[in-house]
Amino acid sequence: MIAEFGHFALIIALCLSVLLSVIPLWGAWRGNVVAMSLAPSLAIGLFVFAGISFACLATVFLQDDFSVAVVAANSNSLLPHIYKFSAVWGNHEGSLLLWILILCVWMAAVALFSSQLPLLMLSRVLAVMGIVAVGFISFSLFTSNPFARLLPGTPADGQDLNPLLQDPGLIIHPPLLYMGYVGFSVAFAFAIAALLGGRLDASWARWSRPWTNVAWAFLTLGIMLGSWWAYYELGWGGWWFWDPVENASFMPWLAGTALVHSLAATEKRGLFKSWTVLLAIFAFSLSLLGTFLVRSGVLTSVHAFATDPARGLFILVFLAFVVGGSLTLYALRAPAVSSRVSFSWLSRESLLLVNNVVFLVSTLTVLFGTLFPLLMDALGQGKYSVGPPYFNAVFVPLMAVLIPFMGIGPVSRWKGDSAARWRAELLLPAIAAVICGVTVPLLHGGEYNVWVALAVVLASWLLFGLARDVWYRVRGASTAARGFRRLTPSYLGMVVAHLGFAAAVVGVVATSQYNIEHDLKMQPGDTEVIAGYSFTFTEVAQVRGPNFVADEARFDVYENGRLLTRLAPQKRRYLASGQVMTEAAIDDGLWRDLFVAMGEPIGNEGAWAIRLHYKPMVRWMWLGAIMMALGGFATVADKRYRQRKVARNEVSEGVSGAAA
Amino acid sequence: MHPVRKQRLYLVLFVIVFSSAAIGLVLYGLSGNINLFYPPAEVAAGKAPVGQPIRVGGMVVDGSIERSDDSLEVRFEVTDYQAKVAIVYEGILPDLFDEGQGAVAAGMLNEAGVLEATEVLAKHDENYMPPEVADALEASGRLPDGGAKL
Repeated sequence: MIAEFGHFALIIALCLSVLLSVIPLWGAWRGNVVAMSLAPSLAIGLFVFAGISFACLATVFLQDDFSVAVVAANSNSLLPHIYKFSAVWGNHEGSLLLWILILCVWMAAVALFSSQLPLLMLSRVLAVMGIVAVGFISFSLFTSNPFARLLPGTPADGQDLNPLLQDPGLIIHPPLLYMGYVGFSVAFAFAIAALLGGRLDASWARWSRPWTNVAWAFLTLGIMLGSWWAYYELGWGGWWFWDPVENASFMPWLAGTALVHSLAATEKRGLFKSWTVLLAIFAFSLSLLGTFLVRSGVLTSVHAFATDPARGLFILVFLAFVVGGSLTLYALRAPAVSSRVSFSWLSRESLLLVNNVVFLVSTLTVLFGTLFPLLMDALGQGKYSVGPPYFNAVFVPLMAVLIPFMGIGPVSRWKGDSAARWRAELLLPAIAAVICGVTVPLLHGGEYNVWVALAVVLASWLLFGLARDVWYRVRGASTAARGFRRLTPSYLGMVVAHLGFAAAVVGVVATSQYNIEHDLKMQPGDTEVIAGYSFTFTEVAQVRGPNFVADEARFDVYENGRLLTRLAPQKRRYLASGQVMTEAAIDDGLWRDLFVAMGEPIGNEGAWAIRLHYKPMVRWMWLGAIMMALGGFATVADKRYRQRKVARNEVSEGVSGAAA
Repeated sequence: MHPVRKQRLYLVLFVIVFSSAAIGLVLYGLSGNINLFYPPAEVAAGKAPVGQPIRVGGMVVDGSIERSDDSLEVRFEVTDYQAKVAIVYEGILPDLFDEGQGAVAAGMLNEAGVLEATEVLAKHDENYMPPEVADALEASGRLPDGGAKL
């Protein structure tokens, strides 16, 4: 009964989304105020019914209603409650419903928090999001109905949730990721609305910017959690695989990073307008492309659910409609919104341009590497795969090119600046960065590592440049506290996000260069020393969890002869599915992680294949990602996004703001 | 020239130079870092190159897994039911690797026709099979039933 209710609610949501995509657009075209002002109510109604539908699906999961096909395939009566709940999105149908729900959350948020937006703009934005909702709700209803019943033939118990997904990280990773993915639909809707209206000014950028920053921040957190989950759950200590589905979330992030920066130039200086619109279209199209890649099963990936070709076709057609439609609209209307503002080569605008080019090229190279196997297969050239070495070879140099410019960006001025001023401001940070880079790797001892030195130079270049800039802005005040209060939230957000990037760079390079991985055969009583830590394998024990049995290897870890910690990785066999899974044991720390995982038993004397890893500073990249996300969220607190009356001409204020 | 136009010219030049550098990087990255999939039948027919990175996949032959007693070395065979290819791998196998299941190994063929694998991937849930394996099995007409194909 509850399942039918949820299905019904989803059908009503489809009807509402059709109304939302038609009526306000008609109203905007005919100048009918009543039709336009229906948009917020329709959006909120849509959110309510999508919410009811989602709540119904969650209820059937929690009630173990195995007559519903997705519950039977993805849950089990032994599953802990929290995982019964997260199992809602641990499958294709449910995750799609989550996608829809989050789209509706964004839509309702736009409807509620945009009182300062002109009605014409608001109705167009919501209508464009309504069109996206029509696409996804009909995708759900017609190709992957989550409420389909197994009648007759209801199984006595479910087949269980994939054990890899039975993990706290997976409870929040998909919702956060989707918040980011889908959040770009807001930036997209603003872009399309601007093209429809032929009006694109600084106030447009000011409306669009906070939404974009928040979506970007969510996406950052989502990707970071995915990487963290892969690290401790897949059992072999990797944290980024350049897997097609990781790329699918990373490409919108790269395009979104470019968008966040070009929006800054559009808001402050009225520059790059049509370019910003194009980036907004790209970022959302890449989100849709990601959905297509994951859902169609065209690529081999750890994320691919069992799929069927009709779904792939549906998304492909929808993708073609959205990308084709918006690019056509762009081609027709972009000349109307383009800008004619000039700037000098030594200016903040140029540096933002460098950012945009680097991030766009990165996006394209990742896109190329991801689609290359598909392309070759379609051309009948055979089944290729493109591995991590390709992505590392292309991506790492691009980021290294970016950072020197990134250090200058925050201290530079809009419109025009001089090399002499940059030299005066940044000579000291540059010298300090080089000194740090040369000396810091010495602290680690062992062989001198040039790559780590380079990473430290780049990261400390960012750090000292920002520190100097903050100091310049604060020092004029009578007290330091008063000076800090003078800094705007969006400036602080930028500082935190850039520092996060620096931390992530150091973390990635230090982990990749200094990590030690030993895969070896060990039996109880054996001791192995890596990086000064001695791991003693004491025993193997049988343990039982709520829905699995496990062999647990117990290790005592000593540092300088002193017991540091006990680690107990497990090899689990899940009762419902019989699936075997490795549960790694990790001793985490700011400066190093110790990682132990079990392989398979070897021989008859109780020996096991064991993975021992020493991973220095691996946490830094996740901490860095969290800082970037915090920076993104902080910018929203800026007063200027909450002013009800929006000034028409921002240019002069932008210049004085940057000079302050 | 009009300053705005001059600026555009420089901009276009900058983008061209930068993208060429990026394309160079891409080509460099692709060379040697992509590998082609061969079904066991083609490997047996001698169509796969020796000493180049390739991937081979199929069903793991029942009873073919041999583990060494004193190291992490594992030997096994994969088949598309037309031919078998022997694979040797030193390391820890994925959890879902098992006899009678689909697997893909990446590595290089040696002179003896044995694939020295550097990486072994197994299917990652009950209903899913690597598409290459599914296609190889389909080509040999031996695709198992029961939702194994995609």
